[in-house]
Amino acid sequence: MSNILVYALHNEGAFNKNSLGAISEASRLAGELGGEAHAVVVGQGIADDLAATLGKYGATKVIKAEAPEGLAAPVIDVFGKLFEGGGYEYAVFGGGLLGFEIGAGLAARVDAGVTMEVTAVNVEGGKLVAERPILGDSSISTSRYKGKGIIIARLNAFELKESGSDAPVENVDADLSAQAQQATIVTRGEQRGADVDIEGASILIAGGRGLGKAEGFELCDDLAKAFGGNAAVAATRAVVDAGWYPYAAQIGQTGKTVAPKLYLAAGISGAIQHKVGMQASENIVAINKDANAPIFEFSDLGIVGDLNKILPKLTEAVKARKG
Amino acid sequence: MKIAVLVKEVPDAAVQKRIDPNSGRLDRSGEKNLNPYDTHAIEAAMQIKEGGAVPVEEIVAVTMGPDSAVRALHKAVSLGADRSVHLSDEALAGSDVAATGYALAQVLKRENPDLVLLGQQSDDGECYTIGAVVAEHLGQPSLTQVIKLDIAGTELTCERQAEYGYDTVKVSLPAVISVGDAINEPRYPSLKAIMGAKKKPLENISAADAGVDAGKVGAEGSNVKCGDFKAPAAKSAGTIIEDEDTDDTVAKIVAWLDERKLLA
Ligand SMILES: Cc1cc2nc3c(=O)[nH]c(=O)nc-3n(C[C@H](O)[C@H](O)[C@H](O)COP(=O)(O)OP(=O)(O)OC[C@H]3O[C@@H](n4cnc5c(N)ncnc54)[C@H](O)[C@@H]3O)c2cc1C
Repeated sequence: MSNILVYALHNEGAFNKNSLGAISEASRLAGELGGEAHAVVVGQGIADDLAATLGKYGATKVIKAEAPEGLAAPVIDVFGKLFEGGGYEYAVFGGGLLGFEIGAGLAARVDAGVTMEVTAVNVEGGKLVAERPILGDSSISTSRYKGKGIIIARLNAFELKESGSDAPVENVDADLSAQAQQATIVTRGEQRGADVDIEGASILIAGGRGLGKAEGFELCDDLAKAFGGNAAVAATRAVVDAGWYPYAAQIGQTGKTVAPKLYLAAGISGAIQHKVGMQASENIVAINKDANAPIFEFSDLGIVGDLNKILPKLTEAVKARKG
Repeated sequence: MKIAVLVKEVPDAAVQKRIDPNSGRLDRSGEKNLNPYDTHAIEAAMQIKEGGAVPVEEIVAVTMGPDSAVRALHKAVSLGADRSVHLSDEALAGSDVAATGYALAQVLKRENPDLVLLGQQSDDGECYTIGAVVAEHLGQPSLTQVIKLDIAGTELTCERQAEYGYDTVKVSLPAVISVGDAINEPRYPSLKAIMGAKKKPLENISAADAGVDAGKVGAEGSNVKCGDFKAPAAKSAGTIIEDEDTDDTVAKIVAWLDERKLLA
């Protein structure tokens, strides 16, 4: 009876990578529990043959409902009914904002335990047990569920694995609750600001809130220019939200994923949502005045100091070398 | 209209956080403060009130926590809330996210606000999820990570950054909105406001007063049991340079880049 439901987030004809990872992981876990992983798709006008491809990642059935995409409430409605119908004990969500919103709301609706930022799941005595890093990743806590369990993964926690073939698709009625009808999406996934090509750059000079103000980005621009050629400037979400730099340059969970030869992070704390977008960089250099900033835990070269002092001199030195 | 703001007392960010090995819970002793993310929620409420697009009769700060949490409420009223409600009960200790959200929702049912605001996350729990739990118990819509909020009549227009860029969502009240820290710059309380904070009405209520079903809260009533704390796998640390002499630091960075042929 231990079947697992997994949410598959969709945008413009493609499923979200974190959702596919969640399906792969749920399929492995369901196998160990002696059950099946069923993927749930909630969206508008998604073709059955596209939905069926979720079977490739291990879903043995795809349950599809026609309802607005990008909002949590319709998904909670669909999952809530599936839980009520019986046969499911767990739900798994890939990392990302909607996973948090849906997972938490669903826990309240079906009276389940919920764990977020999960990095590993194991089977113990026929039940799922989730691991979650806490206290700035200095410790790992284990969650055990009394009854139903809802697991929300950390970004990129689960690897995407192809293991099956197309799955049968079952269309269900979304039957939206009153609260789901109280919210409507006006625009989804709108891009803002100038176009910056950071994905193609081999050197990225990234700036964070430590730059102090929008003008602080001149320090990053100057250093990128000194490197010349294939260097560009990138930014954290904190500065994009503050309007200091265009969204097109944002690295991270809700921005771009990059893997340049050199990623130089100036005044960036290194929050997990930023880290997932740049951790694959070949060489990571961080400048931060706080010796305890998380970024130093995954940088190859860490400079504890004031970027206002270091960046201008570094720019001069790079210019001199290149000149 | 009436706005309720959920606030929380958290350990000061400067204080090393740790797990109490005996109870398996976060050690909440030491310096405490109002969760910095919540100050953005209070500020958002104040801007709605001062903005004049809709009349706001009152802003109520609500917290759940031990006796000491009263300081978070004092801070909240010094930042502008008109009064506060403190849900405090031994029975609530050890509640998980879902149980905490349930208990807070019971308090909110008594208050019956048109809008509930809260910060995106608590500095200690890092959950991002209380708003969604509360909203579900209230049967209201919920949005998280909202970085712009406009109100007209009973309709909110919210902007948030989501997986694929910015979303604009219209939500009709009543609703529960969790705001991101880019939504505003919280004000500093004036000395007068700090002095006056203790005089603003503060109501202490127990779980029973709030109609909380004791079987659904506390460690016993929670659906998740946390434990077995362990250290994460050690990572190989990179080189660290403390900047004392900047010329020297820069020379070291250049040499490091050179070694990796990044200056070619
Ligand atoms: C759902 C969700 C999605 C998110 N998506 C993203 C995303 O895609 N990308 C992203 O980046 N973030 C994302 N975030 C936000 C993320 O959690 C962090 O808040 C953000 O990355 C912090 O940006 P920051 O490092 O610029 O700012 P801060 O965390 O404020 O760090 C600033 C750093 O600068 C240092 N500093 C200050 N002054 C100086 C100085 N003079 N010299 C040197 N150092 C200095 C400080 O010590 C500090 O470490 C997301 C959050 C959520 C909840």
